[in-house]
Amino acid sequence: MTNVIEQLGQWAVGRVREMGRMLLFLLSAFAWLVRPPFRFHQFMKQLHFIGYKSVFVVVLTAGFTGMVLALQGYYSLRKFGSEGLLGSAVALSMIRELGPVLAALMVTARAGSAMTAEIGIMRITEQIDALDTMAINPMQYLVAPKLVGGLIGVPLLVALFDVVGIYGGSLVGVDLLGVSEGAYWNSMESAVEWKDVYGGILKSVSFGLIVSWVCCYKGFYTRQSAEGLGRATTEAVVLSSVLILVCDYFLTSVLL
Amino acid sequence: MIRLVGVEKKLGGQPVLQGVDLSIPVGKLTTIIGRSGEGKSVLLKHMIGLLQPDRGEVWVGDVEISRLSGTRLNDVRKRFAMLFQGAALFDSLSVFENVAFPLREKLRMKGPGVTKRVEEKLGEVGLAGMGHKFPAELSGGMRKRAGLARALVMEPEIILFDEPTTGLDPLMAKSIHDLIVTMQQRFGFTAIMVSHEIPEIFGISDWVAMLRKGKIALMATAAEFQRTTDPEIQEFISVGGTVALPGSLAG
Repeated sequence: MTNVIEQLGQWAVGRVREMGRMLLFLLSAFAWLVRPPFRFHQFMKQLHFIGYKSVFVVVLTAGFTGMVLALQGYYSLRKFGSEGLLGSAVALSMIRELGPVLAALMVTARAGSAMTAEIGIMRITEQIDALDTMAINPMQYLVAPKLVGGLIGVPLLVALFDVVGIYGGSLVGVDLLGVSEGAYWNSMESAVEWKDVYGGILKSVSFGLIVSWVCCYKGFYTRQSAEGLGRATTEAVVLSSVLILVCDYFLTSVLL
Repeated sequence: MIRLVGVEKKLGGQPVLQGVDLSIPVGKLTTIIGRSGEGKSVLLKHMIGLLQPDRGEVWVGDVEISRLSGTRLNDVRKRFAMLFQGAALFDSLSVFENVAFPLREKLRMKGPGVTKRVEEKLGEVGLAGMGHKFPAELSGGMRKRAGLARALVMEPEIILFDEPTTGLDPLMAKSIHDLIVTMQQRFGFTAIMVSHEIPEIFGISDWVAMLRKGKIALMATAAEFQRTTDPEIQEFISVGGTVALPGSLAG
């Protein structure tokens, strides 16, 4: 019995220590972010990697999400003779929930895992130590640009996701299922409010931060082996995805 | 220049360094030897502040660095360069960009000045015309040479070498040793090398120190070191045989 309590206590202390270390990691990255020298090229490189290179997968996911949403929505709304509200249903679902969550999950899978692997390999092959010996802070050179890349890149991808998803919904709803084009777009215009857009932006910024933070952290503290790198990458993707969904719930409950 | 006083370090609960006292002579090549797992690389990483001791002091000049961090530690590190066991080249950059990296990132140098200095260093280490290659395209020896060029390009006062010949064939190991000695004599930096290459290190080092059971068992000139009467050290160095010393070191 004592052993069980002891193990439970050790586990709890370990988790608290890990959370503290994660928080200090984030604070340190922000502190180095505002210190010169500012490496504009590094920021742009990360924005290109996280943002531009995720465009294809985001457009593909968004298109099909919007299409399936319109398909499901159409048959549900038709039962009540409200097919004209399809546009608002698609737009609100996209802007409030699906856009931020799915885009962030796609970025986690594509760019987040790559960030962890990149930093992890640099750790294992002593490239991070090499930066230190050159008096170049790895937090400033490696982590801070990725954090900015996530903070700017994910909201832009979410905006793209919303637009493509809404057009995907229009393709199925209007062009295939015969909903009036005017009704589709007008219902959207009257139903979507500024606070919906604002909520979506807030969520996308938060999710962008979570992806970059968790994935960089896991890579930075990778254990010195190939197995450790594999585990770090898995943990980064799982933890980012779970945190995105948990954070989504709490943000939604505050914003509604 | 570098002085360690009573340095103790535990890693994963296991004591590695147990009171290391060591003074590194300025402008000389000092080699640290010892059995595998004795903590030689750990010791080297303490000298540049990559690891902090649990107890003891690490002095670089008149600065005690064991409790320094951030900008103040970086100021001290500007005096150093380090060649890692695997060379630690940035694999996303070409050889040229790797060597140019500290110039561009630390000195904010740009343009032809960078090209001139990088090509000069690549030439010195025998990699002229190889700047366009990526680390993955290089052999082990070439990677070490590129690492050495990157270490030399900032013209540091102190260079740390962490097993620079590990994984190389004897001829390549000899050429890396020769290169280190030539560069050290030309530029006069303080060199500290961790190595297992016995007896070769006695032919190239000015000073040799042995780490045993977490402490410095002996530090002496290469010639004196070989004449030690300590049976354990004799057993350790005799496995590799002895080597003829250059005239300046003999006696």
